[in-house]
Amino acid sequence: MSVTEAPPARTTEPKIRKPSARRRLVPYWLLLPGILWLLVFFALPMVYQASTSVQTGSLEKGFQVTWHFRTYWDALTDYYPQFIRSLLYAGTATLLCLLLGYPLAYLIAFKAGRWRNLVLVLVIAPFFTSFLIRTLAWKTILADGGTVVDVLGTLHVLDVTSWLGWTEDNRVLATPMAVVCGLTYNFLPFMILPLYTSLDRIDGRLHEAAGDLYAAPATTFRKVTLPLSMPGVVSGTLLTFIPASGDYVNAELLGSTDTKMVGSVIQSQFLRVLDYPTAAALSFILMAVVLLVVTVYIRRSGTEDLV
Amino acid sequence: MPVLRWIRRNLVVLAGLLTLAYMILPNAVVMVFSFNKPNGRFNYAWQRFSLDAWKDPCGVADLCGSLSLSLRIAFWATAGATLLGTMIAFALVRYRFRARGAVNSLIFLPMAMPEVVMAASLLTLFLNMGARLGFWTVLIAHIMFCLSFVVTAVKARVMSMDPRLEEAARDLYAGPVQTFVRVTLPIAAPGIAAGALLAFALSFDDFIITNFNAGSTVTFPMFVWGSAQRGTPVQINVIGTAMFVIAVVVVLAGQFVSNRRKSNAGKR
Repeated sequence: MSVTEAPPARTTEPKIRKPSARRRLVPYWLLLPGILWLLVFFALPMVYQASTSVQTGSLEKGFQVTWHFRTYWDALTDYYPQFIRSLLYAGTATLLCLLLGYPLAYLIAFKAGRWRNLVLVLVIAPFFTSFLIRTLAWKTILADGGTVVDVLGTLHVLDVTSWLGWTEDNRVLATPMAVVCGLTYNFLPFMILPLYTSLDRIDGRLHEAAGDLYAAPATTFRKVTLPLSMPGVVSGTLLTFIPASGDYVNAELLGSTDTKMVGSVIQSQFLRVLDYPTAAALSFILMAVVLLVVTVYIRRSGTEDLV
Repeated sequence: MPVLRWIRRNLVVLAGLLTLAYMILPNAVVMVFSFNKPNGRFNYAWQRFSLDAWKDPCGVADLCGSLSLSLRIAFWATAGATLLGTMIAFALVRYRFRARGAVNSLIFLPMAMPEVVMAASLLTLFLNMGARLGFWTVLIAHIMFCLSFVVTAVKARVMSMDPRLEEAARDLYAGPVQTFVRVTLPIAAPGIAAGALLAFALSFDDFIITNFNAGSTVTFPMFVWGSAQRGTPVQINVIGTAMFVIAVVVVLAGQFVSNRRKSNAGKR
């Protein structure tokens, strides 16, 4: 059962030419609808927003492009606390996600054995439940006088966190801690899955080899596992930090007016105040800051890889 | 101290299980409070056990309407994004052409952008075009942001495919259509299914982009958001619990099927 000869139709010259010319166009036809969609509904909106951010006017009189760059400056001076808070909360949540997510990803990749599929399902399943409902559940968990707050209070944890300014008095809800807790919770799967993927690719024999060379478990982790899982760490960090920095759901549901993030401001300027230029400028600044942080981070992690 | 030694040896496992508990805790709370009979508008404190909400999940005005709207949007967004995304993924993996780098970054950018930025800019476009906000603007937005995720999922699968299988099919005189339907599509199917599942979940759950572009149309996440201010009905916990259970069953069933396939393939 061996096929050695090509079909006869392919051997004649002119018949090859025609389909190959048509074949060259195939990728473009495949791309056309999807790319057009992204160009019209992703790229073009960015252009519109850029033009909106340099307009002046009011909703009644209409907006005109006046190249009014002051909007950017005003937006930045008016709302820098929200910007700083967004970056701070998103950064803290990302760090916590990494610290909490790494052991779980490691557990699934190396220790779970026949429980692996079940644990993976338990990691993914919450993702399919509405995240707003789950975020609201944190209101119940962190409620004033609830079990969590009581336990933290008895252990004097709340005294420390209040001193640090993370909580207020004897409550967790409506404080920075609640917002960071919600952000961490909501974006954990985005950290765990890439971490798991990169850990899963590591050959288990490398651990044995390190052990054979008298490396302690901690040394094996530091010198073998961690460096090899860096791609997962980097993509997990990005997948967590970027959406967290623009999120306003956690800050609105679990926080107070003192914990507002920049997403809330953009949302209310756009949908309630109807000050489109300021809103557009704010979201451009957010985009620029996120891109800057991400670029610097990728550069740094890239050089760390080489060391 | 043997206990301390045991804890030290299993530190990673313990830490991982704690994280898992942290992830499941809200789901457990949602489940428990779906059996609550609240004393007033807010379902935040446990009062007493009741099956009322389970007997009448649509008992709250507009809840099931918003749910079915979200399901319809998620269905069409999944269909659209999966079709367009699969086509792009095949083009990117199978062909070398000039604009490849540009296309790759256009696919990557929507994933690397805070949602609120995309949401706001899309609203600016719709306002400038004078479009009426509602079902169609939401659907357009959902297809847009699901597209990149589908491309990524399908691309990963198609890249690991052995091109010789298709050559073999052609050598056996299969036409291009036959090769695609009988060989290529079945092999790519798990990637396409994963992309579609992801698109469905993302679309069904999306709040930020929908909130900007829905106008007065209310999807399920928007209903939940609104109810957070007015007082969340117990029925929302019922829906949340049902979604969790369905998701676990679907994912476990999927894994069961793929495990069976794998072990069957091993026997052959």
